[in-house]
Amino acid sequence: MNIPSSIWTLIIGIVVTIVSLWYGQNHGLLPTAASDEAELVDGLFNAMLTISTGLFLIVEGALIYSAIRFRRRPDDNSDGPPIFGNIPLEILWTAVPAIIVLGIAIYSFDVYNSIGGFNPHDVHDAPIGEQAVRMPGAAIAATLNDTPPSADPSNLNQDKSDAAMQDPGTAEIRNADQIPQKRNAPGVGVVSPTIGSSPDREGTSPALTINVTGLQYAWIITYPDTGITTGELHVPVGREVQISMTANDVIHAFWVPELRLKQDAIPGRQSEIRFTPKTLGEYKLICAELCGPYHGAMNTQFVIETPEAFEQWQQEQVAISNSQQLVAVNTAVSPAEFLAPYISDLGIQPETLHQIHHNHH
Amino acid sequence: MTQAQLQESANIPAQSEEHGERKWRDYFSFNTDHKVIGIQYLVTTFIFYCIGGVLADLVRTELKTPETDFVSPEVYNSLFTLHATIMIFLWIVPAGAGFANYLIPLMIGAKDMAFPRLNAVAFWMIPPAGLLLISSLLVGDAPDAGWTSYPPLSLVTGQVGEAIWIMSVLLLGTSSILGAINFLVTIWKMRIPGMSVNQMPLFCWSMIATSAITLLSTPVLAGALILLAFDLIAGTTFFNPTGGGDPIVYQHMFWFYSHPAVYIMILPFFGLISEVLPVHARKPVFGYQAIAYSSLAISFLGLIVWAHHMFTSGIPGWLRMFFMITTMIIAVPTGIKVFSWVATVWGGKLRLNSAMLFAMGFVGTFVIGGISGVMLAAVPFDIHVHDTYFVVAHLHYVLFGGSVLGIYAGFYHWFPKMTGRMLNEFWGKVHFALTIVGLNMTFLPMHKLGMMGMNRRIAVYDPKFETLNFICTMGSYLLAVSTFPFIINAIWSWMYGPKAGNNPWQALTLEWMTTSPPAIENFDKLPVLATGPYDYGMNNGDDEVVENVPLSDEREPALAAGPNSALRAEPDPKVAANPEDRE
Ligand code: HEM
Ligand SMILES: [Cu+2]
Ligand SMILES: [Cu+2]
Repeated sequence: MNIPSSIWTLIIGIVVTIVSLWYGQNHGLLPTAASDEAELVDGLFNAMLTISTGLFLIVEGALIYSAIRFRRRPDDNSDGPPIFGNIPLEILWTAVPAIIVLGIAIYSFDVYNSIGGFNPHDVHDAPIGEQAVRMPGAAIAATLNDTPPSADPSNLNQDKSDAAMQDPGTAEIRNADQIPQKRNAPGVGVVSPTIGSSPDREGTSPALTINVTGLQYAWIITYPDTGITTGELHVPVGREVQISMTANDVIHAFWVPELRLKQDAIPGRQSEIRFTPKTLGEYKLICAELCGPYHGAMNTQFVIETPEAFEQWQQEQVAISNSQQLVAVNTAVSPAEFLAPYISDLGIQPETLHQIHHNHH
Repeated sequence: MTQAQLQESANIPAQSEEHGERKWRDYFSFNTDHKVIGIQYLVTTFIFYCIGGVLADLVRTELKTPETDFVSPEVYNSLFTLHATIMIFLWIVPAGAGFANYLIPLMIGAKDMAFPRLNAVAFWMIPPAGLLLISSLLVGDAPDAGWTSYPPLSLVTGQVGEAIWIMSVLLLGTSSILGAINFLVTIWKMRIPGMSVNQMPLFCWSMIATSAITLLSTPVLAGALILLAFDLIAGTTFFNPTGGGDPIVYQHMFWFYSHPAVYIMILPFFGLISEVLPVHARKPVFGYQAIAYSSLAISFLGLIVWAHHMFTSGIPGWLRMFFMITTMIIAVPTGIKVFSWVATVWGGKLRLNSAMLFAMGFVGTFVIGGISGVMLAAVPFDIHVHDTYFVVAHLHYVLFGGSVLGIYAGFYHWFPKMTGRMLNEFWGKVHFALTIVGLNMTFLPMHKLGMMGMNRRIAVYDPKFETLNFICTMGSYLLAVSTFPFIINAIWSWMYGPKAGNNPWQALTLEWMTTSPPAIENFDKLPVLATGPYDYGMNNGDDEVVENVPLSDEREPALAAGPNSALRAEPDPKVAANPEDRE
């Protein structure tokens, strides 16, 4: 084999390394990192991109170099050298990818652990059932719910489902009568899939809990602590937030690119993510799972604001939300009517609202 | 004598003039000749590719601007659903089967496939399935839940279209199972005596690996689709949460097939590339066994990675780690292949003709798809980019850069064998240049789009993505244009191209040891192996055999015996080389 002399190999190696390191840091391929978790994910991505750039340059370089250097001269009809293999070389290039992949796997594992991939339900170990029954509005919710609250403390998913259904803000729009939250829900004991609390926050409750419900083609956001129901997601900067989500018709996916977090909202299941917003700004909450023709229009404002601004926003919303709650309870408006004010902001024509089927008994 | 001359002189091609003659009617009939079936597959699937390509350009036309100003969102969803379904189930998968049908019996010295009628049956399921699928457009109720067809969405969109989609995919799956059985039995039982498994061309290895995953995973897809059909038509609730069903179960079943399916889509072309590169690099393939066994490793690992498509949907936290590790491990055998290909061309005497250019383009483009694949396996990053254009970019680098370029390399390489005529090199190179530029222009910007926040399967998007989308759309038009030189070249050369001769590339594998196009029963007498499949450069014009060449252990005894020795030429009565001879 015509290996370039070692000095060339060295120079090329250094150049490739420098270019890769530079590009790995200066690629500009990702949007703002707006959460603590996003920082970690970006670190992982930068590392992977550095390695990838190096590999890319080596392979493409070797191919292009071969095409130029080793092309057949017009008068040369002989064959190349009969080299069938080279065991040390083959071992080397089996080992190198194996080690790279191992490194990436360990790094990913670490990031995944730090953003809370492993311990999602530490705070839910206590049964929530009875607690939820005492919440205001539980009576209404109970009538909408086919299944009584779970009595079995080991069934955490059931508890979560029950709790969500008792939440006065969401029970109505979560379409509880149509999609009975299952007995023995899948993955008993598991709140289906999750990014939970990070190891250093294990056992603590998040500062703020928010329920998010996806339905064709809107996100309904409720703040159980204050009873706010709204179409926009507001969070205060620097405080850990937990989003607990479900869907009431088809699968949707909660995605805020700036948070680097995505989670499917699945009818019949509860899932949750926890994160700490870091950078003030207005972003977009996007539905990332195909949910029908207007899937592309299913997005809404996601605002990270100062705690003061958040307080103020909350107070405004409480007023509005309360009045709507009254209406909802008194006249049982359909979700279509209920959603109309939000949906007009979302770029969806009112005609498409008939897509939202919801029959009250 | 060079190795090629040695191999050719040991195998006098079938001379019978009228044998190779084919009537055009043969191609429209239930013919059981594997070569006819191979060409039927290739032409049919290419037509579907053109249809899928038109749909892709319609999709891209809609995406040229952020608004929905070209088609309605409903139609848009049908367009990309049909585009993906056609490209996967009616182009890439059956095109691999087409090459395998044409080449495998020739490469192993057999007269036909093990089950010729079954072979024809497998092919004849494809046109009706394809027409059925496309007819849904005319019914006005085309499937629009994506080629993944996740419930509950697929249960609440149009019922007729969805039922047609299920029916059609079931037929296509059945066809590929029948094909896989045939390939396995043929490769296993019908090699000429004296060809050990380690002397098979690498394409045969890749088809063993492909057929194994087809047999193991396709039935699971069938199961998923049948249950889905029950939910859709009979109102059961296997996957429908309204009645207590679980949509995540469908995802598991679907990806248990559809992830391995990406290897069904790429392994045959890994095999093709391993054939094309050594011939035109005039060098033995580097690391025969490494390439052969890595195919098997990929097919095994491919079966235990499916849930990486579900990192953001419904699997528990710890399980994500399991699937992350298994997915990343696949990068190792894949890397072995890539490095072996690069080492094969390194130091060769490269004939940079169209076949070789496409083959090298395959390696170069596939690497990008492979690298982004490892990134996607990293769970925290996948959580960010799942279901975005980053994934669309990744999958097209693999499927277009990998599979389609591989098919083109194969077309250019075996066209002289199939038709007896040469393709025009100039137009071949134009085709290559347009394809490579168009491909990167269309799909490279999609990486950034996805990471910045553009999710997939949307007809409307944020205006800030307009510039990049415009570039993608222009690239897709270039890709459409790039097929014209190829189509015209292929048709013209088939009719008027210069005669190719039996072995225009001085290749060593057995398919080149017969006439072009091959006689009806391939070989007059049982072919013999005078060389290994990739023994290039062992005897460079002078009569001295190069000594220091490491032959594999298995190959040595057969080769040492000499081309006409009893060891190889004598047919083993227990292993008949063609089906009619067997009792
Ligand atoms: C002619 C060049 C091609 C263009 C311009 C193109 C374009 C596209 C676009 C824009 C999408 C995304 C649709 C959306 O998310 O809204 C897409 C999806 C897809 N394409 Fe292609 N494509 C091309 C060729 C191919 C080929 C050759 C294959 C396979 C062999 C393929 C397989 C797929 C698949 C599997 C999807 C996934 C659809 C989904 O998101 O479910 N495409 N294509
Ligand atoms: Cu949605
Ligand atoms: Cu959606």
